[in-house]
Amino acid sequence: MSELIPDVGTSFALQKKELNKLLASLRRLGYQTIGPHVENDAIGYGPIEGIDDLPRGYTSEQDAGRYRLVYTGHTRYFDVTPGAQSWKQFLFPPRSSLFTVRKTNGKWQADEEDQPPPTYAFVGVRPCELSAILIQDRVFLRSEWSDPIYRLRRQSAFILAVNCLHPCGTCFCASMGTGPKAETGFDLSLTELEDLFLVSIGSEAGRMALAGLTIQPASAFLLQAASKGLDDARKHMGRTLPDSKTLPDLLLNNLEHPQWDDVAKRCLSCTNCTQVCPTCFCWDANDQPNLSNDYTQRVRVWDSCFNPDYSYIAGGNTRPNTRARYRQWLTHKLASWYHQFDILGCVGCGRCITWCPAGIDLTAEIAAIREGKVS
Amino acid sequence: MTTQIAPTSMALTPTKPMWPYWAEIVNIQSEAPGIATYWVRYLDPAVRKGYTFRPGQFNMLYLPGYGEAAISISSDPEELDTIGHTIRSTGSVTQNISRLKVGDVIGVRGPFGTSWPIEQFKGVDLIIGTGGVGVPALRPVIYHVIRHRQDFDRVVLLYGARTPKDLQYTREYEGWEKAGIETMITVDRADETWQGQVGVVPILFYRLRMDPKKSVVLTCGPEIMIRYVVFEALARRVPSSRIFVSMERNMKCGLGQCGHCQIGPYFVCKDGPVFSFEALEPYYSVEEL
Repeated sequence: MSELIPDVGTSFALQKKELNKLLASLRRLGYQTIGPHVENDAIGYGPIEGIDDLPRGYTSEQDAGRYRLVYTGHTRYFDVTPGAQSWKQFLFPPRSSLFTVRKTNGKWQADEEDQPPPTYAFVGVRPCELSAILIQDRVFLRSEWSDPIYRLRRQSAFILAVNCLHPCGTCFCASMGTGPKAETGFDLSLTELEDLFLVSIGSEAGRMALAGLTIQPASAFLLQAASKGLDDARKHMGRTLPDSKTLPDLLLNNLEHPQWDDVAKRCLSCTNCTQVCPTCFCWDANDQPNLSNDYTQRVRVWDSCFNPDYSYIAGGNTRPNTRARYRQWLTHKLASWYHQFDILGCVGCGRCITWCPAGIDLTAEIAAIREGKVS
Repeated sequence: MTTQIAPTSMALTPTKPMWPYWAEIVNIQSEAPGIATYWVRYLDPAVRKGYTFRPGQFNMLYLPGYGEAAISISSDPEELDTIGHTIRSTGSVTQNISRLKVGDVIGVRGPFGTSWPIEQFKGVDLIIGTGGVGVPALRPVIYHVIRHRQDFDRVVLLYGARTPKDLQYTREYEGWEKAGIETMITVDRADETWQGQVGVVPILFYRLRMDPKKSVVLTCGPEIMIRYVVFEALARRVPSSRIFVSMERNMKCGLGQCGHCQIGPYFVCKDGPVFSFEALEPYYSVEEL
């Protein structure tokens, strides 16, 4: 059985320790293996060598404005839901060079790029996070042009998705239709059962990575266990955002709703929600010249619609207060995004709720707007 | 996912759309205090030959060490060897561009955005309401009208500046009048030289006998001026689908990507800067959107 690699679209079972071989195989194929690990009392994403680097035995308690990583000693490697970081930081780095230019004989010239971008294997991509990557594909890869920084990282990246059996207190992917099961866009996907991984093959690249691994056929019992686990997960989302299809009309028809004034009293305009959001894509560009100004690097950095400078023009600031900025963020994410990219900008990962220092919960804000009530 | 990309402009690389294209400043014309037109010519002959733009579109001007600024193209769309940008020096990029000399080189990416729909309206009365540094965005329309005067019935330019000294392109007014453009000019504050109209642009509507059913209104300028020009046009029953507005917002990319220029569902750099008021109205009326 071990010599035969199953076809794309099929599933099989894998002993947990075989994951070490899979990670080694990915590294042999030239990928940097990046996965979840414990970092500063939270789950972060960084280089991992083997399964011992994974956050086995941890769980996270998450609520509005609250995150606690707790060690419970369970035996699952991928059970803990993500922290503040997302894969966005690898595909759309917080800081990157657009180009460098230098002046020779009085004329400016741009330097050709010579550094190839890193080749990543993302290990443990949650279905909501995979949806976020597919959403950012629409933002960065257009029919008329594409962003080279994103494109080169994205097209070479390997995605090992992990389905979610234990959502946390701020999760609502089931409402957004983005989880808890990864349906498309992965090279391999895992469902972590008590003793085994159930693995689905999503692409030829996923299939190639399996060479040399000892695999077992997936029994009906295992398939049923995974399916039941995912059904249970759907019922245990910490949050819900009902009727997501009606959100564009709801929000764009309520641009003067008193709830915007109410949330503006609580929001600190700190930008946390936009930094942790796996789909927020706004950026700024600035020049970093040398002292003689004959060389400069044009640098792209993450920006946020909560920054005062964001809407600054010569005549003043078009969004001069927190009410206007919060309204921009929420209506973009859950309404105008749909008009721009034919999909909503929210995947239900809950990060903006967990990491808001004021504990603002967008599902509660939307419920208040829907009910027409002011909390 | 990685779809085939069709090049849209000679001065924009689809696979690296922020990449600069170098152009030499070949002429600088002072227009008014703090305002000058910079005529640039692409260094690469292939880019120079292939570059085209439509009236109302803009370029991203890049000054290394300072950054980029979105600037309307203010020259003749049928004269493409050198391209004019009328710039008011206000921010760090435009202030430092104002220190440049003929022969200096800057980056010019573009063109970006939508254009004034002047080719789809034949035989109409064209009413242009503009003021301040809105007039450069409409000057390509004036050039177009001069070349294709027979395409329109009346053409009226309502133009306002703060003081007579702030009026731009004064050397050209006689030519505009000769070409059959009714040029009505007003200033907010007169000086001893001024014998014309005093007041803001929208009041010129009161001196204008217009046929609203035949009129198409184009407007660009300070947001408050736009607001009242649109108000006067609507009050005379010009349909909102025949009123066109050019918007200004913070822009970093020109691609509908950096996010800064959004108003409602629109990226002003890509879905605008020229909008029909019909499309803009639901969002334009919301303050601080």
